[in-house]
Amino acid sequence: MSNSIILAILVTSLATYMSRFLGVVSSEKIKETSKLFRWFNCLAYSTLAALIARIIIFPAGALSEIDYLIRFIIVIISLLIFYVFKRNLVYPTFFSAIILAILSSYY
Amino acid sequence: MINSKYFFKGFNSIKKMDSPAIALGCCFVAIGALLKNIGFNIQESIFSTLLIYALPGSLVMAESLLVGASLLNIFLAVWLVNARLYPMTVSLMPLLMHKSQPRWKYYLSCHFIAVSAWLIMKSRYQSVEKKHRIDFWIGIGTATWSVAILGTLIGFLSADFLNKDMMIGLAIVNPVYFMCMMVGAMKTIQVSLSVILGAILGPLFFFISPEWSILYGGFSAGTIAFFIGELNVK
Repeated sequence: MSNSIILAILVTSLATYMSRFLGVVSSEKIKETSKLFRWFNCLAYSTLAALIARIIIFPAGALSEIDYLIRFIIVIISLLIFYVFKRNLVYPTFFSAIILAILSSYY
Repeated sequence: MINSKYFFKGFNSIKKMDSPAIALGCCFVAIGALLKNIGFNIQESIFSTLLIYALPGSLVMAESLLVGASLLNIFLAVWLVNARLYPMTVSLMPLLMHKSQPRWKYYLSCHFIAVSAWLIMKSRYQSVEKKHRIDFWIGIGTATWSVAILGTLIGFLSADFLNKDMMIGLAIVNPVYFMCMMVGAMKTIQVSLSVILGAILGPLFFFISPEWSILYGGFSAGTIAFFIGELNVK
């Protein structure tokens, strides 16, 4: 088992570093004022948003045990708190964790 | 070699009140506990965060190990979920590149590219002159990387004390934190549209192909946002 864990870690890190490495290779030829750069900037933000939305809507692991309506309500309230407290990031994060832990213990 | 003034300026930027350190730490606490539960020992858990340092990748690895997937399957699954790092790198590194800096700094420090460090750098890069940005970035990266490793260690050690409800609470921190940070980054038409369309199209493509949904959704949303933004600028 142990051997396969190490191999799995190495394979995972290789698959992860590959995208970062190729990104630097491409960056050498891209100017920050170019259209190509702006396109990649859009792609980066949209891919991140897609990933985060997927984690919230179709979660894997612990989160999948929570009803999707509850997840949805928590996300909306967290966003409201974020705006009410002048874009503070700590309050919504703490709120979401505590409320969800409490809700899931009653649920 | 590395200008320490800018390195520490970057390193200390995670100490601020709204820093991602808390959310990042929470996520890796969850990962540390998860890794212990699936049979990793302490060295393997730390080693994995040290080398991978990308949360969705670690999760995919853990799930694949549980179902006994082959190494090739793990490689492909991780590559698919972490391919977002490619556009993230391409949209960050050109801002940091300077002729006077050695290339190895870029190839080594690209390991630090992950959502948290990337979002901080994107919001702060203008406060540092271009020549020193890479050292500032290495500072941010080292700090966030250390938090992740520390979080994994804490998670591993406290796995027995974390019940299911607490794990669920930890699991929501990551998406909520990054969602708020992304919404906070919506300052131009292109970025705002990218975020909104990505959040809509990503889950929609999930119905067509769960594995490819992030790439399909991200690619189409980013491209649409780019063209709408370009048309509006002119």
